[in-house]
Order: sequence, then C-alpha cells, then structure tokens
Amino acid sequence: MTTAVETIRDEPLTIGGRTFQSRLLVGTGKYPDMDTMVRAIEASGAEVVTVAVRRVNLDRTKDSSVLHYLDPKHYFLLANTAGCYTAEDAIRYARLGREAGFNDFVKLEVIGDEETLLPDVQGLLEAAKVLVKEGFKVLAYTNEDLITALRLEDAGCAAVMPLASPIGSGLGLLNPFSVRTIKRRLRVPVIVDAGVGTASDACVTMEQGVDGILMNTAIAAAQDPVAMAHAMRLATIAGRAAFLAGRMPRREVAMPSSPTKGMLD
Amino acid sequence: MDVVINGEHRKVSSGTLLDLLNELELDPRAVVVEHNRKIVRRTGLGGVTVQEGDAIELVHFVGGG
Repeated sequence: MTTAVETIRDEPLTIGGRTFQSRLLVGTGKYPDMDTMVRAIEASGAEVVTVAVRRVNLDRTKDSSVLHYLDPKHYFLLANTAGCYTAEDAIRYARLGREAGFNDFVKLEVIGDEETLLPDVQGLLEAAKVLVKEGFKVLAYTNEDLITALRLEDAGCAAVMPLASPIGSGLGLLNPFSVRTIKRRLRVPVIVDAGVGTASDACVTMEQGVDGILMNTAIAAAQDPVAMAHAMRLATIAGRAAFLAGRMPRREVAMPSSPTKGMLD
Repeated sequence: MDVVINGEHRKVSSGTLLDLLNELELDPRAVVVEHNRKIVRRTGLGGVTVQEGDAIELVHFVGGG
C-alpha cells in the first residue's frame, strides 16, 4: 500500500554504523501464534526485530526457535537481555546472544523491579561499559532520565532507549518533555522503547523528534495484530513527518482562520 | 555419566559436546553451548570432552521484546 506520507524527505536511521529505512523496531514476543507474528512483522515494515535468548526445550525442540520463522537475511535480529536483574546476567546473555546471532548488537536490559520492570540504571551502566569494551553495539533500555542517558552515551552505547512508560503497560508516552530533552542533548540515536499502546502513542512519540520507536506488546496484544502493525507503521511515519514539518505554535487564545475583513455590514 | 543440562540432571553417554548434541538430536547450528559458564564455539564443540558433573546450557533465540 502506498501513502502520501511515504514521500517525506528523511535521512535513514543509522545505529552503530548500520542503516535502516524503517524507524519502527518491533519485538517478536507474546504473539498468539507464529504465523500471526510473521504477518504482523511484515505489515509493520520493521527491519530490526528483537529476540530473546532462552534455554532450548529439550523435550520439544522442533520449531521452537524464532529463526524457523524469521529469515535472518531479511531481518536484522537484535538480541535482548530481557529478564536479567544483574549486570553479570545481562553480560552473560549478551554474549550468548552474540554467539547465537548474526551481529554484535544487543538490546541491553537490566531490570531493577519485578512489578514495574523499570531499569536498574546502575547495573545497566556497569553492563554497558563491559559490553562496549568487548566490541558490542549496545542499545540501552533506560528510564527517561537525562543524566543516565548522558552517562550511557559517554559509556559508548550505540543508542539510548528511554521508555515511554513501563514495558507492556500500553500507557503511552508519559513524559514527552524528558524524552525531548534526552533527544536534544544526545548525539547517539534515541529510540523510545516500551509502553506505547496504540497508533496515536507511536505518532506522539515520533513527533518529539526521536530517531525511532521500539514496541512489542502494542502489536502482539492487539485484537488484530497484523492490522495494528500496519497502523503502527503509518503512525511512526506520520509522527516523523509531522516532526520534520514542524508544528504550529501553541496559543492560549483562538485565531480566526478566515479573514476578519470584508464582512458585511 | 551425570551432567546438568539447562538446570536438570541428566544421564548422557561419554563423548564430546558435539556427541552430546547429536544424542539430544539438536542441530549444532541452531543452538549455542555454554560449558561450565564458558561459551564453546560451534567449530570447537568436537574438541571439548564432557566430564561428570559438567554444567551445560543450551540456548537459542525465542520471541521477545
């Protein structure tokens, strides 16, 4: 399907020396079935897809790997360290992911709290430093906190990924000001990761001027994931286009759109 | 011989890590092997002998966000 918004003039998204046309990155978890996942990811237009590292099920191994369904030649597989609560664990998972995968990129998560899944920024920084030294391109999932974002950039992260709201919450972008500030102050790409619930959230997020957006649950848990993936694709493009276009100033009072002169007596 | 694979005690025949994968009917190209906390590259699997009590992790990519 072609749409007018696809004709916007934009630079491609470059992370750690790799260039991508799509600013929407998607996860592969929580889909009702693999066929829906494959069709949704295709509809999203995403090139970067995240995957998790887990134990092989020794009793039922056939076709359980996500690689049976997604061609690594077609998609850029980004291994995550989801579920890790310490820097040590995250480093271990990152190394395993690099060995299983096809690149040096890692979506680094060090979770600090089970209820909110908010990041442990101290552990995150610690793990990021080690992994950068080992040659990883680290995309760090973090809070919408400027100081942590700056420190992650200083540590050599390839991208910083502040959350919109907690993972899987679908609450949308709770702190546009902080995300905008992070984008303004960092040189590395800023990808908002986690928390969007529907297309308008993706659009508003991209309107802040961030370089990209990563989501999973908003698509996978939609009633029709394939249709939502398509909506997210359009919303990401629309938000980006609106940002590039530059919005009108906000006013507290109305301004007529039609001439006030030439009215009848 | 008793080893711990993915956190579970298992009896396996003696041999190399590559033999172990064959015994478990796993494609060496589809899994990553961590042997006593050390990652063993695919090409090195045939050169590492499994010992009694070894801790072996066999992982792969699954869906995730």
